[in-house]
Amino acid sequence: MILDSKIPDGPLAEKWTKHKFNLKLVNPANKRKYNIIVVGTGLAGASAAASLAELGYNVQAFCFQDSPRRAHSIAAQGGINAAKNYPNDGDSVYRLFYDTVKGGDYRAREGNVHRLAEVSVNIIDQCVAQGVPFAREYGGLLDNRSFGGSQVSRTFYARGQTGQQLLLGAYSALSRQIHAGKVKMHTREEMLDLVMIDGQAKGIVTRNLETGAIDTHAAHAVLLCTGGYGNVFFLSTNAQGSNVTAAWRAHKHGALFANPCFTQIHPTCIPVSGDHQSKLTLMSESLRNDGRVWVPKAKGDKRKASEIPEDERDYFLERKYPSFGNLVPRDVASRNAKEQCDLGKGVGTSGLAVYLDFAESISRLGEDTVRARYGNLFDMYAQITGENPYKEPMRIYPAVHYTMGGLWVDYNLMTTIPGLYALGEANFSDHGANRLGASALMQGLADGYFVVPYTVGDYLATIGPKAIDAKHPAFAEAKAKVEAQTKKLLAIKGTKTVAEYHRELGHIMWEYCGMARNDAGLRKAQVLIQELRADFWKNVNVTGTNEELNQQLERAGRVADFLELGELMVVDALNRSESCGGHFREESQTEEGEALRNDNDFCYVAAWEYTGDNQPEVLHKEVLKFESVKLTQRSYK
Amino acid sequence: MSGHMNLTLKVWRQKDAKAAGKLETYEAKDVSPDMSFLEMIDVVNESLIKKGVEPIAFDHDCREGICGACSMYINGHAHGPKQGITTCQLHMRSFKDGETITIEPWRAKAFPIIKDLVVDRSAFDRIIQAGGYVSVNTGVTIDANAIAIPKEHADNAMDAATCIGCGACVAACKNASATLFLSAKVSQLALLPQGHPERAARVEAMIDQMELEGFGNCTNTEACSAECPKEIGQEHIARMNREFYAAKLSSSKTK
Repeated sequence: MILDSKIPDGPLAEKWTKHKFNLKLVNPANKRKYNIIVVGTGLAGASAAASLAELGYNVQAFCFQDSPRRAHSIAAQGGINAAKNYPNDGDSVYRLFYDTVKGGDYRAREGNVHRLAEVSVNIIDQCVAQGVPFAREYGGLLDNRSFGGSQVSRTFYARGQTGQQLLLGAYSALSRQIHAGKVKMHTREEMLDLVMIDGQAKGIVTRNLETGAIDTHAAHAVLLCTGGYGNVFFLSTNAQGSNVTAAWRAHKHGALFANPCFTQIHPTCIPVSGDHQSKLTLMSESLRNDGRVWVPKAKGDKRKASEIPEDERDYFLERKYPSFGNLVPRDVASRNAKEQCDLGKGVGTSGLAVYLDFAESISRLGEDTVRARYGNLFDMYAQITGENPYKEPMRIYPAVHYTMGGLWVDYNLMTTIPGLYALGEANFSDHGANRLGASALMQGLADGYFVVPYTVGDYLATIGPKAIDAKHPAFAEAKAKVEAQTKKLLAIKGTKTVAEYHRELGHIMWEYCGMARNDAGLRKAQVLIQELRADFWKNVNVTGTNEELNQQLERAGRVADFLELGELMVVDALNRSESCGGHFREESQTEEGEALRNDNDFCYVAAWEYTGDNQPEVLHKEVLKFESVKLTQRSYK
Repeated sequence: MSGHMNLTLKVWRQKDAKAAGKLETYEAKDVSPDMSFLEMIDVVNESLIKKGVEPIAFDHDCREGICGACSMYINGHAHGPKQGITTCQLHMRSFKDGETITIEPWRAKAFPIIKDLVVDRSAFDRIIQAGGYVSVNTGVTIDANAIAIPKEHADNAMDAATCIGCGACVAACKNASATLFLSAKVSQLALLPQGHPERAARVEAMIDQMELEGFGNCTNTEACSAECPKEIGQEHIARMNREFYAAKLSSSKTK
């Protein structure tokens, strides 16, 4: 299989403009003859569904939550990047492009990233027009702040709830189209399989989570906007329901899965407090603007933070990276926190935490200013830990946050299955091996508002508006397959709960495929996952029946897919024996302990092809070509 | 372990929308004060599964107070005894060893029960669909800074926009009114110039929809704001009322 990224020729800055002109158009009168399915209603899904409906297509949108407004984009805190250069500090489309390619440790496509930077400015215009209440200056104009991995202030924000406000903007646009009858919204309905006819995506199978009804839906194109797979680690900052099922089941039909081992571990999360823990809570990276990260200089120093004098503290990020200081990219900050804890300098009862200290900012800016900037985050911290971060430093530790890998897509965001698209976190395309802060929101909305409305038209114009035959046997077959799997899960009636399997898988993934990975550990993890998966299908206990709201059954299907994906992540991590971005192979590091890339052997996207149950997946390589940016060892010193 | 608690739970169990429901009693043993309320229910559910009892169904997702999915009526309060938080942000250190905790779903005609503690809040979506938006298509070319908005207006709009659509306001209200929810959206868009062209039609359409859904009227008891996890204030209801009266003065609708 040859992976054609379909990146247009010509100068970088002209590729997207040229490509838009070359894409086929669908006549306005014909648009209503096409049906499009959008799965997921986060930033990518809601914006795509609304924009496509506005153009005149018939859209069916699906979410497993009780309302499209609850998709996990809602939880993004810090902000959204855009190359507006309002602060006059030297930003530009090219600089945003450059920072993103560099931040991703040169494992993203230049063409895609430049397009992302180009449309970033339109996103802000669009959101303001929708009534998104971004933070403003006293003069009435929009405020910006700085974020990790960048030396300009290009991040737009709405307190610590930027994701919420952007999602509610997209949700309002979606609601308007539902009201207009152009979007049919299906809530509490989960996609469980893809329907393929003659090698093309032509519909989906869903389960109604209230009634258990399994139905099929036909369409000319299917868009997966189903987010990332961080919950494979059990503990992550993801919502409880976030899952890989839709993407994974598409993968089994032939959609290649790219760079699955590229996982982002976010440096500023609240540390684990016990075995009962169901998720980890992120504290926005924006806190690193005013908070200083430190540990005691002496190992095993158990004094309270306030009792440790200034000269006995090690502000290790400021010491090691004087030009970026506390604002180094996420992968660098996380690895350094782990390194300090491994040295025995970690703080708190578990020793698995470092301090994030606001004392200096509070004395310089005053408590009121700090409260205005981060009040809700401080409140959240106090609520969870029972400690007051205005008086004593926060304790933070890295946690799984985002997955850069995902379904392989070309420049049009189409997967290797014709008619099947992947948008937002569900695809792999823009963040390389590490995503910079405030760029997930940017990518989700770029894909949904400004990319897919153009590119999907090109495919639809090619296949023509002939109605899909909903009586085609492919629909009944796909439905029967889903029903059989549901029956199988319910019939096992073993002794272990779904949550127990999920937690065990998470332990394996975190231990061997987390912040640091090595050959022996990964090989061990692969065997452990295979054993756990075999045991799951023999001994899981799924209570209840299909014909009701059954949260155990929902979760069992998702965990079954995580048990397969987990192995592929390990296989991918094993294959990529270089370090890059968030993927740190202990065998490949510089003398100073930084990630050491191997551009000669690994400057490619690893795209995996499913070949059958419990069969090894086949690797396909898309070689990355850098025409504009020179590959260098990343330095934030 | 030190500080661990044993609690008695009285939980509303109801098989489906049509079945009769009742409070069942369960023991929650060895509860850590660091657990969130939902993590405590997780632990109880695991023990129920082991005993062959069907686990308690409840809505939850982000578990950090922003998605608005969780919705438990705890000891007579929406989201429990503490102010300004959702159920998932409530930690067990807020309870005492030996305490009995009563857990019910949201109770409102417009929020029918689906199962146990899970209710149908789609009426909220339909209220937004009736007019809770600015009618702009994708592709705007007006620069984001073309219209200056006073910081105070933007900040007040953000106070309203922070609503998570959880329904605590309805659950707390003796009339099961959705006025605080509705007013938050009307107020946000009335404070911003982008919302002005449609302000009259918006408030009328949304209020019509609220009535159609079977929510009660507002009698200004202010329980909604007291229980709102985002502490959305009464000024937004006042602003909605002003919008509504202004709309009615010039309304083309005869009703």
